[in-house]
Formats: sequence, C-alpha cells, structure tokens
Amino acid sequence: MSTAPHRTAEAAPVSAQSCAWNPSIVVFACNWCSYAGADTAGVSRIQHQPHFRMIRVMCSGRIEPGFVLRAFEKGADGVLVSGCHFGDCHYIFGNHRAVEQFEKTKNMVSLLGIEGGRLRLEWISAAEGGRFADVINEFTDQVRALGPSPLNNKQAISFKAGVGR
Amino acid sequence: MTDLAQVVKQTRAWACYDCGKCTATCPISRVTGTYSPRGMVLAAVLGRRDEIVHDAALYQCLTCRMCDRRCPAEVRYTDLVQKLRELAHRDGFEHECPHGGALLSTMRIMAAGTTRQARLGWLTDRFRTETTKGDVFYWTGCSMYYDAFFPQLDVKTLDGTRAAILLMNRAGIQPIVSPDERCCGHDLLWNGDRSNFELLARFNVKLVEDSGAKVLVTSCAECLRTWKIDYSPYFKGKPPRIVHFTELLGELMDRLKFKAEGRQKVTFQDPCRMGRHLGIYQPPRDVLAAVPGVEIVEMQRAEAVAVCCAGGTWSSCDWASKQIQVERLREAKATGAGILATACPKCQIHFRCTMKDHKRRQEIEMEIRDVAELAAAALA
Repeated sequence: MSTAPHRTAEAAPVSAQSCAWNPSIVVFACNWCSYAGADTAGVSRIQHQPHFRMIRVMCSGRIEPGFVLRAFEKGADGVLVSGCHFGDCHYIFGNHRAVEQFEKTKNMVSLLGIEGGRLRLEWISAAEGGRFADVINEFTDQVRALGPSPLNNKQAISFKAGVGR
Repeated sequence: MTDLAQVVKQTRAWACYDCGKCTATCPISRVTGTYSPRGMVLAAVLGRRDEIVHDAALYQCLTCRMCDRRCPAEVRYTDLVQKLRELAHRDGFEHECPHGGALLSTMRIMAAGTTRQARLGWLTDRFRTETTKGDVFYWTGCSMYYDAFFPQLDVKTLDGTRAAILLMNRAGIQPIVSPDERCCGHDLLWNGDRSNFELLARFNVKLVEDSGAKVLVTSCAECLRTWKIDYSPYFKGKPPRIVHFTELLGELMDRLKFKAEGRQKVTFQDPCRMGRHLGIYQPPRDVLAAVPGVEIVEMQRAEAVAVCCAGGTWSSCDWASKQIQVERLREAKATGAGILATACPKCQIHFRCTMKDHKRRQEIEMEIRDVAELAAAALA
C-alpha cells in the first residue's frame, strides 16, 4: 500500500482554493479523444481545477442542444463540449455534426440570455493531457469571472417584468 | 376519491358507452392500428391507474380533438389525456420528448425567469412597435427560437411574424412587441408540467395586464388557445380581446392597399388549436379570399375534419406522425395548389420536416407560407 498522502481534489494548486465561490461545470467528452485526453491528464498527474463533472458520450456528434440546455436548466454555471480534432473523429464525420449542433445550441443559449462565455467547444485529442488541463483551467477561470449562472437556484437573482429596462 | 377518479369525473370519461367512435376517427389509431382512445377511457374508468399513466402510449395522442368532436357522450378525451399526463408528471414519469427535450428545457428556463432574453434581434427599424404600453399587444410566441433551432429544415416562422407586424403598421397600428415576453407554456401544460406552466401564465398575464392593451393578437394557434382558454383563470381584471392575427387582419383589410398581380392557388391547413379547439375556421379563409391574386382550393378534409400536423405539443414524433404528415401533404398536393398556407408555426415546422424526405420529396414538396406572408407579399 502506498504511504503517499492521499491526493484530494482540494489539493489542486491553482487559484481555486482561495476563491469564495467555485463554479459547477459540465464537460461533455467523446469516448475516443477528449475523455481519453482527460485520462491522460490524470495519469500524467497534470494538476487542474476540479470543479467540473464529466459526461462521456460515444461521439461529440451526439451532443445536441437538449443536453446543454438541460445542464443549464439544472443550474450548471458553464458547459464545455469537447471532441476529436477534425480528421481524427472515430466515426469520420461525427465532429462536423457536433459543430452543427453546437451552432444551434449557441443560438438558443444567446436567445435565452445566458452569457456566451458559459459555453465552449474545444477539440482535445487522447494525447493532449496538458491541453485538457489548460482548457479546463482557462474555462473555469472564465466562468468564475462571470459568477454564478442566473439559473443556479441558490444564487438566483429574479428579474421582474419592466424592471431595469 | 383517487386522483384518477377525480380526472374521470372532471372530463366526463364516466359517460363513455363504449361505442368506439373515438378510436375510429383518431388519426393515430388509423395508422398505428394499436393506439386506442376507447381503451384508454375504459382503463381510466376502471381505475387501472398504472396501466395508463405510466405508459408511453399516453404521449402518442396528438390532442387534436378529432375524437371529442365525434363523441356522442361528450367525453372530453383531449382533456383526459392532458390531466393524465399531469398525473404522470407528478409521479416523476418522464417520457422521451422529441428534439432531446431542448424545446421544453427552453420553456422551463423561461419559466425560471432569471435570465434576460435577447429575443428581439430580428426586429429591425423597419417596423414601428412599442415596448411597454399600447392598445394592441402583438404576441410573437417562440418563432425566433424555432428559427434558431431548425435551420436544417429551413424553418422561417419569423417571416410570418414580420409580415404580421408590417401589415399592422400599414394599417396604422403600432403594436406592442415586448422584449420580456415568455413562452406561453402551451407545450409544458400538454406534457403535464403544470407548475412551470403556472409560473409562465402568471408572468405573461401580468405583463399584458400592465401594458393596458385592449387587444391581444398572435400569429400562433397554440398561443391563442392558451391565452383564450388556459390563461382565463389568471386574469385579475377583464381580459383583453384575444384574437388570432387572421381575425384582426380581416378587420383591417379595407385599410390596406393591394396590387392585383398573378394568380396562385392556395390551400389552407386548419391548425387543430384554432379549428377544433376554438372553432375559428372562416377568418383565415376570408383573408385569403380578399387578397388579390389568391384563389383558395379546399382539401378533401377541411375545417372541422382537417387532419392535424401530427406533432403539436412536442410530445411525440415517430413513424405514425410521419405517415399522417405525408398523407396530409398528398391531400394538399391533390388540390392542385402550389402553396400551403398555415396559421400556426408548428404546422409549418412539421410539414417542412416531412418534405425533407428525399424519397418522397418529388411527390409531396410544396411551398409553405403563413397567411400573413401571403397578404404582405401582395401589398401595393
């Protein structure tokens, strides 16, 4: 048995610890590239902020607006959609479908008045553990700067009709 | 009394005498051969709650009211289905809604009301509108969301919305188009989510009451039904006059100048919400007849027996819906009309989707336009 101290999520060295509020981020990752990229980041012990929950799907092309909107509806502060680089897709053209779906998602999200900075699309390959960590750190900081999502029930600020127009 | 017994009492399901006219007339039963409104009523009366409430078949009903119209015992089957879906929702039963639930999520986000929508990006300076106070409130509905969500179907429901505002402007009306408007909640209600529907109802009714509008006009048949029937308990004072845009346009026709050009044959698809739910059949036809250069040809099944677009409440979309849509479009084609006019964005979305079928395209493809678009195109 290892005697090394147990590495908890709180042990992350990044700015996270000193923050009063940490966002909840949902990361959709494809089975073949991005999820494996996260694995690479893990086994290589590359430190990154731990405020995200990963949802694995077989292909980024599966990530439709309903998934992302459901995440926001349930109070996610940010949503990251990730898949294989173009030309690398395990299903040849799945990530092109992902772009189509993401465009629709982006339009719906902006109509709803959710800040565009809470949604991001990134291509991360299985080998890019470092890049995965960088993307997560950058996105977490970006969402933290935006503050809690207006749909995050605990922090909700209610807009009334006709107020502040 | 159990909740099911209460529903049976409210919807007159107890009065059923098993004649089966509902199943015989149901467009879904006709194509699936297994769906049975009569069986559903019987099970409800016998108190077999779990059998009907937790069955996906509950969501196959189009709530088009074809059966209600036929029922000799005046059972309100459509209301029964709506209330059973409410029971299912209360039990935590979630059915797989089409489009990955995106559109229902959108409505629930609006119901939460904690974000400020950016819904009026399409409203350019070309249109003269008010934002808060006025006499006429133009209810835009969710057209902008549909256009953003269905680019692959070339859905352009906003064209109808823009045409309606343009026509009102030409007739000297400057309607209120509110940036704070939220979805009417029609689809949430018909999928059983009453709590979120109520949030939307209270907000929207207050918005319209505060505006001081005397007339509320909308281009969407579903919004119209919701405002006229489902919102009535939420009004504090006297509700405004609630009309479909085609009804208002009928009154404005003599103020508008049209150019007499071309000759096009148009057939009209009666939306189920406007027709059988509210009994509005004539106004859109009168408008079309008054537009110069338009000749109306009726489909074999028109007005009260018109077949619905088979997807009204975002509750089901499957091969049965497709079959109904294809048959309906064949019927529309058979009239010899080049244009299918509608008065509801949902009809437009569903028929456009069916027309994308590359094997049937030749056979069923035709132009779909909102009634307002046709009138606006003929303006001098």
